[in-house]
Amino acid sequence: MFKIVNREEMAQGTIILNEIEAPRIARKAKPGQFVIIQSHEKGERIPLTMADVDPDKGTITIIYMVVGKSTASFSKMAVGAEYFAVIGPLGKATHIEKRGKVVCVGGGTGIAVLHPITRALKEVGNHVTTILGSRNKDLLILEDKMKKASDVLHICTDDGSKGHHGFVTDVLKDVLAKDDISLVVAIGPVPMMKFVSSITKEKGVETLVSLNPIMVDGTGMCGGCRVSVGGETKFACVDGPEFDGHKVDYDELSKRLRAYQEDEKKSLEQFEKKA
Amino acid sequence: MAVKEKKQAVPRVKMPEQAPEVRRRNFKEVPLGLTDEMAMTEASRCLQCKKPACVEGCPVSVDIPGFVHLIAEGDFAGAAERLWQKNALPAVCGRVCPQEAQCEGNCILGKKGSSVAIGYLERFAADRAREQGGGALPEVAAKTGKRVAVIGSGPSGLTVAGDLVVKGHDVNIFEAFHKPGGVLVYGIPEFRLPKEIVASEVKTLEKLGAKIELNSVVGTTITIEELFEEGFDAVYVGVGAGLPRFMDLPGENLIGVFSANEYLTRANLMKAYLFPEYDTPIARGKNVVVLGAGNVAMDSARTAMRLGAESVKIVYRRSREEMPARAEELHHAEEEGIEFVLLTNPTQFFGNDEGRLVGMECLKMSLGEPDASGRRRPLPIEGSEYRIDCDLVVVSVGAKANPLLTNSTPGLGLNRWGNIVADPVTGKTTKKGVWAGGDIVTGMATVILAMGAGREAADSIHDYLTRGW
Ligand SMILES: Cc1cc2nc3c(=O)[nH]c(=O)nc-3n(C[C@H](O)[C@H](O)[C@H](O)COP(=O)(O)OP(=O)(O)OC[C@H]3O[C@@H](n4cnc5c(N)ncnc54)[C@H](O)[C@@H]3O)c2cc1C
Ligand SMILES: Cc1cc2nc3c(=O)[nH]c(=O)nc-3n(C[C@H](O)[C@H](O)[C@H](O)COP(=O)(O)OP(=O)(O)OC[C@H]3O[C@@H](n4cnc5c(N)ncnc54)[C@H](O)[C@@H]3O)c2cc1C
Ligand code: SF4
Ligand code: SF4
Ligand code: FES
Repeated sequence: MFKIVNREEMAQGTIILNEIEAPRIARKAKPGQFVIIQSHEKGERIPLTMADVDPDKGTITIIYMVVGKSTASFSKMAVGAEYFAVIGPLGKATHIEKRGKVVCVGGGTGIAVLHPITRALKEVGNHVTTILGSRNKDLLILEDKMKKASDVLHICTDDGSKGHHGFVTDVLKDVLAKDDISLVVAIGPVPMMKFVSSITKEKGVETLVSLNPIMVDGTGMCGGCRVSVGGETKFACVDGPEFDGHKVDYDELSKRLRAYQEDEKKSLEQFEKKA
Repeated sequence: MAVKEKKQAVPRVKMPEQAPEVRRRNFKEVPLGLTDEMAMTEASRCLQCKKPACVEGCPVSVDIPGFVHLIAEGDFAGAAERLWQKNALPAVCGRVCPQEAQCEGNCILGKKGSSVAIGYLERFAADRAREQGGGALPEVAAKTGKRVAVIGSGPSGLTVAGDLVVKGHDVNIFEAFHKPGGVLVYGIPEFRLPKEIVASEVKTLEKLGAKIELNSVVGTTITIEELFEEGFDAVYVGVGAGLPRFMDLPGENLIGVFSANEYLTRANLMKAYLFPEYDTPIARGKNVVVLGAGNVAMDSARTAMRLGAESVKIVYRRSREEMPARAEELHHAEEEGIEFVLLTNPTQFFGNDEGRLVGMECLKMSLGEPDASGRRRPLPIEGSEYRIDCDLVVVSVGAKANPLLTNSTPGLGLNRWGNIVADPVTGKTTKKGVWAGGDIVTGMATVILAMGAGREAADSIHDYLTRGW
């Protein structure tokens, strides 16, 4: 069960791809949905978006950034190793429809989450402009795949090592000024989604973001993943993870993501000492 | 007459327990169990009534005088078998049934003195049987070739699975979590119900031939329609309540405010009390407030104490009389130093710049006329606001029906709260071939009621599979 059949390292080993056997999930998954993964019985339940699925082969692909104890322990698993639990598909699928001209904005591992959505948007006939951002050129992932999935691709790096020297928001402003854009999808670090949303809100362009609060069950049972959207409390695992970017309380989300910071540090230190 | 008097002279057995000052900081089970002698003496207090009132108080009509008599005679294995005739999980029910409102509450001896300790005896017989290797497995009937999907592995689903597998049907249990047991593993803490007991009950089911498919969220991983397409002949839905209720107060999304579901799931299912040996973290509050006064609230409060809290308060808007928790839980909680702040209702939560909880505002209440539930309605006392400093709040004010499965199942009738509508006798839903029972039908109730509903449904499913109705 849940065997790793393929493994790749990206972005200098800071981002890992795993293709995992999970036939039931692969049959059902749609763009925008996620799984919850545990590497072993004592492990935490970690939500990760499916970057790809192959229903015929019965596999799903996850792409994760190594940030703490759990993702570090995932990264040690070789091809042939098995995950203890993979649960899904969870969350609402992205509503894919023909809108005309759309812009997809991605940063960090958000690009992995964005890829199947971008591809699906293009497949139904949208004109897709994609803007990807990363700190430097070596940390950029999925450039080729995103190029294929888009009509126009812009790249931004914080240090100018590739493409535009600066943030995705600079390019986004240009694109919005030149073209009549009907939808923006932004997936990446919380500050990125926040800034994108504030720009598109000014212009009145509908914006979808995908939120990543701390989760436990992923089925609406615990309420740990609650986020404020338009002044209402929503459970991201069942009501989302995608929401109207103009209505999300990003500051609350940022704070809630830091709830266990001290414990997480302790846990990672202990793991690294053992390894 | 002489016999009766003699029996009343023997006092009700006292359960040996871990001392409160010790147990409030560990997760080991609180009651230690009766010795053989204690159990036999206690069992001999039973009057063996011709018309046993105790049995009427038990939702599944356990033959109480029967099993108690066998204990008095020293036939513990026989007692366990007698229990199993009506109750598939006696080690669990002996520990968690609200006995004072059911069997023991009806016991004739309770009218004048103290009732027979039926719960302790039930637990005793089941524990002895388990320690001796679980006793003989019931005989499994010849295969019928019929397949039943049981959704959810809580007490209700486990009961259905056990009953139907013994009748020769192929049974697959689909469970959303990575461990079977439902609330018995994710909600009720180790110090009240050791998880090893649940695991052993599940193992018995597997030995009988039931298959358990973990990590399967029916409604998303697979739908009920697809289960029928895969060849299942009948489906039982026992998915529990499973949606936390919040209070919609300002500040409820501060870090430090949790639903009881999250708090207890982290502690029990994910074993966060063993962090960092287990990876899942849990907030360890210094000053903890638990909102609500049911079993869930007591479990949350006692868990917080065990995680090292300096103070733990139960804040409840009614008075002590209305607290819905089992008597034993209230008593244990108080012994462990948990404070009851009654006739008090929260109005808002306060946080710091980092979004962490630092306190809450409460309003004092008085009791007015009885409301629809027959309990006196709490009314706010104007101007009585005051502040409680706290860094952890656990909201335990009930649960609602989780719509994940029901939304994905066309034709399944729901009531206006989203609970599945099922026939009160057979458990049949409005959808052909689908039965339901337990908390998803009744709203959060009790383990024994969830099991009782499971047994009735299993009988009805068996009829359907063998006779076609
Ligand atoms: C719906 C969803 C989809 C996601 N998809 C991806 C993805 O495709 N690729 C990817 O790299 N990351 C994704 N994430 C984020 C990923 O879940 C976290 O990076 C991961 O949980 C970190 O765990 P850790 O133990 O390695 O790090 P930790 O040291 O435990 O935590 C690092 C940070 O990750 C966050 N985090 C910790 N535990 C959890 C948890 N149980 N659930 C969610 N966040 C947590 C916290 O903000 C924490 O500060 C997604 C999150 C969500 C909610
Ligand atoms: C903390 C706590 C303490 C309690 N204390 C007591 C007590 O002392 N005494 C007492 O009698 N009662 C007590 N109760 C109530 C009692 O536990 C419940 O009434 C009982 O467990 C209900 O049983 P159930 O089988 O209907 O559902 P549950 O026990 O809730 O089990 C449902 C199962 O279904 C699974 N599930 C849910 N959705 C899906 C899906 N879509 N697909 C697959 N699986 C799914 C869940 O993960 C779960 O494992 C307590 C409850 C809680 C929460
Ligand atoms: S099942 Fe519960 S109510 Fe019935 S006899 Fe046992 S403890 Fe009492
Ligand atoms: S009512 Fe009490 S004394 Fe009578 S049979 Fe039941 S347990 Fe025994
Ligand atoms: S993760 Fe538990 S409700 Fe969303």
